[in-house]
Amino acid sequence: MSLSPSLKKLDLEKYGSLLALGVLFVLASIVGRPYFLRPENLINVMRQASYTGIIALSMTFVIISGGIDLSVGSLAAFVASCGVLFMNLLVKATGGNETLAIAGGVAVMMGLGLCCGALNGLLITLGKIVPFIVTLGTMSIFRYLSLQMANAGEFASHSQRFGEFGMAKLFAFKAGESSISLPVPVAVLLALAFILSFVLTRTRYGRYLCAVGSNARVAQYSAVRVGRVRFWAYAINGLVIGISAALLAARFNTVSTPNFGLSFEMDAIAAVIIGGTAMAGGRGSVWGTVIGVFMLQIIQNMLNMAGLSPYLQGVVKGVVIIGSVYIQRQKQ
Amino acid sequence: MKKLLLALLIVATVATMGFAQVKRIGVSMPSATHGWMGNANWWATRAKTDWEARDKNVKIELKFSGTVNQQVSDIEDLLVKKVDAIVVFPHDTSVTSVVEKAYEQGVYVVVLDRGVSKEGIYDVYITNDDEAYTRKGMEWLAKQMGFKGNLLLITGIPSPIDTIRTDTIKEVCKKYPNIKILDVQPGDWNKQKSTTVMENYLQKYKQIDAVYTADDDMMLGAMQAYKESGRKDIKFFLGGGCLKSVIKEIMDDSNPLVKADVTYSPSVIATSISYGVIGAKGDKLNPYVYQVRALPRRVILPSELVTKANAKDFYVPEAPF
Repeated sequence: MSLSPSLKKLDLEKYGSLLALGVLFVLASIVGRPYFLRPENLINVMRQASYTGIIALSMTFVIISGGIDLSVGSLAAFVASCGVLFMNLLVKATGGNETLAIAGGVAVMMGLGLCCGALNGLLITLGKIVPFIVTLGTMSIFRYLSLQMANAGEFASHSQRFGEFGMAKLFAFKAGESSISLPVPVAVLLALAFILSFVLTRTRYGRYLCAVGSNARVAQYSAVRVGRVRFWAYAINGLVIGISAALLAARFNTVSTPNFGLSFEMDAIAAVIIGGTAMAGGRGSVWGTVIGVFMLQIIQNMLNMAGLSPYLQGVVKGVVIIGSVYIQRQKQ
Repeated sequence: MKKLLLALLIVATVATMGFAQVKRIGVSMPSATHGWMGNANWWATRAKTDWEARDKNVKIELKFSGTVNQQVSDIEDLLVKKVDAIVVFPHDTSVTSVVEKAYEQGVYVVVLDRGVSKEGIYDVYITNDDEAYTRKGMEWLAKQMGFKGNLLLITGIPSPIDTIRTDTIKEVCKKYPNIKILDVQPGDWNKQKSTTVMENYLQKYKQIDAVYTADDDMMLGAMQAYKESGRKDIKFFLGGGCLKSVIKEIMDDSNPLVKADVTYSPSVIATSISYGVIGAKGDKLNPYVYQVRALPRRVILPSELVTKANAKDFYVPEAPF
């Protein structure tokens, strides 16, 4: 016994989810062979995970603050619809300057995302309505506004280059038979994870966020502006959703209002919870969420490659969510 | 001599193995969210069973997805598995870019129904005939009504397909000025919603002669509301899509309110899978096609009127709905 029990426990708590990811990876290599380990498949898995993954990052903030955001999928559909409409206007107005149009469209998505997130935040803090109810309401509002705008149809972008941007890679090279690349959404996911993790662990705002989430009253007595801290969690979430919406809209080069971002909230929340963030708030980690995101996607990919029925895949996903929370409960 | 024979045998075996290469077909479609799609899922499974029993060198993999995002992932996964053909029943046109990727990789692509938003990225496009679906139904209904009376419509989810169907009904009705369309409300292809819409209609309109709903599920919902109301004025209900229980009623002539149906066959997916298999193998469709070897690029399956006379051809007792 060279390790003291406390050190052992600490390690398990800190690296437990990373260990689980490793175990899952090995399992997936076996179950999903021979396809799972192919570089193109691994790149697919990362890219498939990145759209809901990006949202899950900021959802981590919201959940740490003791709240929840059910509106993320609808919000994504709404801002993407408005952004694509604006982009098409710009393409027309500038006489086909696509670079400017794309920049404008993406800016609208991010800006509007921030505003919509801020609206959620205001209703929760100033309006004093519980987050579940506010975001349940805005989930419906944003979705049906988009449906109304498109008459339940879709907005196709008029920019070819926007679609190319959706499939863009930061770098790509050939290694023998297979091509290795870093798709833009994956790069964005990792960059945002760095930034948000830094904010959470190294800044005053991050500490306040945890304080507010673990005990709002104590935080208030300690002169933390509880309302403001919570407001920004939702606003940041909105901004980040705008980024994800832009990437996803570019990928499809169209926004189908009934389907865009459908059930994103559930996937994002599941990833956050698997990543070890407490549903009651107060503690959590952004990198844990990244691990949760990849775990969910690997499970799906592995079962898909093994040819398991999609309905059973849903069952496995549910078991993993409950199982991971059960293990964390044991640890506490 | 023996060695030579053995060598020949080996060469022959290898050669036949080369010829009888396994063709793998991937299928991606929405999971069963309503009765019609449930039937479509069942037909896909049936096509898989039929083809794999018929030909040892055909392997079909089915992927049912709940959302379009999941569908894109499924298609990407199938591409990693290097399928020879892919059959896509899209949630919506968001799948266009991934379908294009498949086509560019040289995979044989069959696209159904709601289609993709770009030309030249598929080998075959197959759909049911949306225009004839309601034209045949409305012509039949008009005749039954004696070309006069009050008609109510319950439509599906507002969408391009639904618009074509509803516009066709209105166009047919223009020919018969004595048929009056009282109201058009969406029932969202949902039985419960349709029941509610019908309840409102019954409150609002005192004399109704016929009700035309966009599918059989909604027709059953509307009929439920009518039965509960205890009224006796409606003479005809018409839906579409050939739900098993409705076809049975028509076949047995057991419901005086329901005498006909129009096909919008969920087996379109099974037909598409056949096209995928034939296309991947590079076979001809049938010996009657001259010169052209490739399959037709656009296929529109006919919508047919179903009455007591031909109902048994459309009754599939094994189908779930």
